Amino acid sequence: MSQEHNMRRVTAIRNGTVIDHIPSGQAMRVLEMLNMNKTTSVPVSMVMNVPSKKMGTKDIIKVEDRELTQDELNRLALVAPEAHVAIIRAYSVAEKMTIQIGEEVTNVVRCTFSNCITTNQREPLAHRLRVMGREPLVLRCHYCGRPQDLEKLISNLL
Amino acid sequence: MAGLITMDDLSNDEIQSILEDAERLLPVAEGKIYLPLLQGKILGNLFFEPSTRTRMSFETAMKRLGGDVVNLGDVKTSSVVKGETLFDTIQMVDGYTDIIAMRHPRQGAAQYAQDAARVPILNGGDGAGHHPTQTMLDLFTIKQAHGRLDGLKVILAGDLRYGRTVHSLSHALTRFGCELIFASPKLLRMPAEIVEDLTAHGANVVETEDLLSSLAEADVVYMTRIQKERFADEDEYNRVAGAYKLHASNLEGTKEGMIIMHPLPRVDEIHPSVDKTRHARYFQQAFNGVVARMALLCRLLGVKVPEDISPAGGEL
Repeated sequence: MSQEHNMRRVTAIRNGTVIDHIPSGQAMRVLEMLNMNKTTSVPVSMVMNVPSKKMGTKDIIKVEDRELTQDELNRLALVAPEAHVAIIRAYSVAEKMTIQIGEEVTNVVRCTFSNCITTNQREPLAHRLRVMGREPLVLRCHYCGRPQDLEKLISNLL
Repeated sequence: MAGLITMDDLSNDEIQSILEDAERLLPVAEGKIYLPLLQGKILGNLFFEPSTRTRMSFETAMKRLGGDVVNLGDVKTSSVVKGETLFDTIQMVDGYTDIIAMRHPRQGAAQYAQDAARVPILNGGDGAGHHPTQTMLDLFTIKQAHGRLDGLKVILAGDLRYGRTVHSLSHALTRFGCELIFASPKLLRMPAEIVEDLTAHGANVVETEDLLSSLAEADVVYMTRIQKERFADEDEYNRVAGAYKLHASNLEGTKEGMIIMHPLPRVDEIHPSVDKTRHARYFQQAFNGVVARMALLCRLLGVKVPEDISPAGGEL
């Protein structure tokens, strides 16, 4: 099944963002990480488990009338580090973006260690996880130094 | 100004240089010479959980050097109990003091405080995390006894899981190429991530449940307290903890220069019969807390310790 066919499972969008190459089954989490699972009012389409040459199967999300920012996309590093993003304007790809994970993941998730100082929700400083390794992704809390379990971390979204 | 949160904040050369400063400050710590290097400086002692030695030795160190100390006092009567965040407490004390020594039950609290403060933070223990000033006095004690830090065989025994002193110390000893033997009950083993870290940094680590059979080869035996509440019941505690107690009779056949250390307080893991042996070093170690912290206070406050500290400076 062709790439083109995958894209046409859902109607082409006029303006907005297409997030491609999301690991199969992670699309819901991606929406959650972008805070689009509850609060968005723009049309969002999602296809799951479609064939992919590179990944075997993958998920795709199309968000209409909204251009995601690089900061928003970087939040996805935890669940879809290889996602490709296209900004669509007038039915054409106007910009291509990839997720860039820097030295730190800041204010995306809360440290998973129950005795970390950051578990006090009233403490105002940023939640900071240091990137210790990229493939696979290895994160440690900047404050308590504990290595983070990525599965648990995803349920600690801010 | 940067503080001391973990031992990673100091290079090996800086550690050696601070230990040399501490060596020169010994007569000041002993009260034989008055050397007011820190006159006009104020230390804020923020102990959010109980401490005897660490808090008192910081206070003594500051006062021996002519500085002053303000204390948070009992947490139960401070604004912390009213729900003040650590961030706010630090903002306040930051304005009152030139340097802060802090102990907090939450891990990462010291780094958090450093990020919130302008003055340097000295981490006096954060949860089960780090206790680098204890490590500095431990290293000072080891160097005092052996004349060096490198290439020693060190046993760390007892509660290696929750004991923050052994976490910081094992990292530091690894950097000086020491061979480490971790002797503990299974339940209280050194956390896997720390062992992984140490071996990734080239450490030679042996884990065992048998303390006594390793004693003969050790240069340093570092004992820690095993707490009853870590075990399901008292029988289990008695059965397990019994294997991590030292009596003078266990010390036959050990190396002449071997030293026994303990961060204190001890309960019954070192029998009083050990106190009078040449190996006992734990009370000296507790005293060394003053001199090591004096050297650290000077370093973090940017005050140079003179090369020659002679009685001319003001012998008492």
